Amino acid sequence: MKARTVAGVLIVAVLLFPLYWMVNASLQPSGALLRPDPAFFPAGGTLDGYRKALASQGPNLLSSVVVALGTVLVSLVVAAPASYALAQLKVRGGPALVFVLLIVQLIPGIVMANALYTVFGNLGLIDSYLGLVLADSTATIPFAVLLLRAFMISVPRELTDASRVDGAGYWRTFRSIILPVSRNALVTAGLFSFLFAWADFLFAVTLTTGRSFEPITVGIYRFVGNQSADWNGIMATAVLAAIPAAVLLVVAQRYVVAGLTSGAVKD
Amino acid sequence: MTLVAPAVTASPRAGRKPRRENRFAAWLFLLPALAYVVVFFGYPLAANVVMSTQDYTVKSFYTGEAPFVGLANYAAVFGNPLFSTAVLNTVLFTAGSLVFQFGIGLALAVFFSGRFLGSALLRSLLLLPWLLPLVVSGAIWRWMFDQDHGVLNAALRLVGFDAVPWLSSTGWALPAVILTNIWIGIPFNLVILHGGLRAIPASLYEAAALDGAGAWQRFRHLTWPLLRPVTGIVLMLGLVYTIKVFDVIMVVTGGGPANATQTLTTWSYRLSFGDFAFGQGAAVGNVLILVATLFGLLYLRSAKATLAEAAA
Repeated sequence: MKARTVAGVLIVAVLLFPLYWMVNASLQPSGALLRPDPAFFPAGGTLDGYRKALASQGPNLLSSVVVALGTVLVSLVVAAPASYALAQLKVRGGPALVFVLLIVQLIPGIVMANALYTVFGNLGLIDSYLGLVLADSTATIPFAVLLLRAFMISVPRELTDASRVDGAGYWRTFRSIILPVSRNALVTAGLFSFLFAWADFLFAVTLTTGRSFEPITVGIYRFVGNQSADWNGIMATAVLAAIPAAVLLVVAQRYVVAGLTSGAVKD
Repeated sequence: MTLVAPAVTASPRAGRKPRRENRFAAWLFLLPALAYVVVFFGYPLAANVVMSTQDYTVKSFYTGEAPFVGLANYAAVFGNPLFSTAVLNTVLFTAGSLVFQFGIGLALAVFFSGRFLGSALLRSLLLLPWLLPLVVSGAIWRWMFDQDHGVLNAALRLVGFDAVPWLSSTGWALPAVILTNIWIGIPFNLVILHGGLRAIPASLYEAAALDGAGAWQRFRHLTWPLLRPVTGIVLMLGLVYTIKVFDVIMVVTGGGPANATQTLTTWSYRLSFGDFAFGQGAAVGNVLILVATLFGLLYLRSAKATLAEAAA
C-alpha cells in the first residue's frame, strides 16, 4: 500500500514538473535564467518578474476578467431557459436543436474566427469587449445548453407539476423551481464558461488588434514572441494567468470533475 | 482548455401532449438560443462558404467588393505545395498525440483506480495541466525547449547527450509540439478512462483472481474488452479536438521553422490573417469542417451505441 502511494507521488511529480519549472523560473532573476546550468531552486529569489508582469500585463489580466465574466453571464442567460424548454417542455423541433448544438461544437475555432472577423468588421465589433464575449459564447453556449439540459431532464416531473397545479406559469416554474434545483449544474456550466473565455486565444488574437485592449493570452503570446530574454517576466505572467485554473481546482474540484466527465460518457 | 459536449440522451419521458396555448410560451424559452445559433453559427458559416468562392482581401473590407472566383481558392489551396505539408503534419500531430496521451492516460487510470492512500488527491492534481490556458502550457514548454538555457537540454547534457535544437530544427520541431500536446491531453484521457474503469464491477475481478488470472490476464481479458466503448469515445473526441489544435502550435513554434509544424489550422490562420487571403483561408477552413464533422458523426454514433448498451 505504502509503495503505491510513493509511486503515485513520483508520477505526479514528474507530470507536474513543468508547472514547478514555471514557478521556479518566475522567481529567479532574468540573468540567472540565462546561465548554462539552470538552478533547480529559486534560492535568492526575486519578485522582479511579478513586478514586470503586473506592470506590463496588469491591464490585460483585467480585460480577461471582464471578458470571462461577460461570457459567463451571456452563456447562462441564453442557455438556462433553452435547457428548460428542451428538457421539460415538449417543444417541437427540440431534438433537432439538440442535434444542431452537438454538431456546431465540431466546427473548428479557426473557421469561426475567420467568419466572425468579416462579420464583426462590418458591425464595428472588432476590438470590443462585447464582440469578444459574443465570440467566446459561441463555444460556451452549446456546451452549457447540453450540460444543463442533461441535468434538467432528471428534475422530477412531480416538482414542476405541483407548481403548475398551484397556478404558476412556465416563467414562475422556471424561476422558482428549475433554477434553484439546478444550482450545481449552473455553477458547473458557469465555471467552464469562465475557464474557456479566460483561456481563449484564437478569438482574442483574431478579433482584437491590441489597440483598445488585449486579453492576457494574447499578452503572453506577444511577450513570448518578442524573442526577449525576459523569461522570468514571461513565466510570472504565466503563473498569474494560471491562477483561475488552480483556484477552481482547489475550491470547486467537484464541479470541475463533474463537468469533465459529463462530457464523454455519462450525461 | 477545450469544452466537451455531453453525449446524446434519450428522454425518459414520452407522450403527454402539451396544451396548445402553452406551445408559444415554451418557444419563448428557446428563442434566445435559437437566435444565437442562427446569428452566430448559421450566418458566419454561410458567409464562410460564400467567402471561399470570392477573392476576399483587405480591400474588400473597405470597398465591400469581393469578386466571385468560383473554385479558384480551392484550386489555389490544393495546388499549393504547403497543402500536402499541412495535411501530413496534421496527421502526424494527431496520431502522435492520440497514441501517447491515450496510452499514458490508460496506464495512469489503471494505476490510480487502485485505492491507496492519497490516490484521489493525486489524481485530481493531475487535472491541472488540462485546466491551464493552452497559451500558458505552450509558453512553459517553449522555455523548457530552449536550446541553450532549457531544462530538457540541461538534462540531456547531464547524461552525456548533445543538446537538441528542439524548436529551431525542422526535424525536431514537430516532435516537440507533439510532446507538448501529449502532456496537455493526458489528464482528459486519465479522467474519462478512470470513470470507465470504475463502472466495471469489482466482483468480476474477484472471480478472475479466484480463477488464478494474473494482473496482465485480468487487464487483457476483463479491463480491455469491458472498457472498449469508453475507449472508442475518448479516442474519437481526442481526434476531433486534436485536428483543430491551434494555440499550442502558435505559441511553441508559430508553425515554423520553415513550416515544419504548419497544420491545416495554423495554415488557415496564416492565409487569412497573415497573407490576408481570406478566401483561401476559408477554403482550408471548410476542408477542416468536413473532416471534423465526419469524425464527429462517428463519435455521436459510438456514443449512442454506448448509451443503448448501458440502458440494455
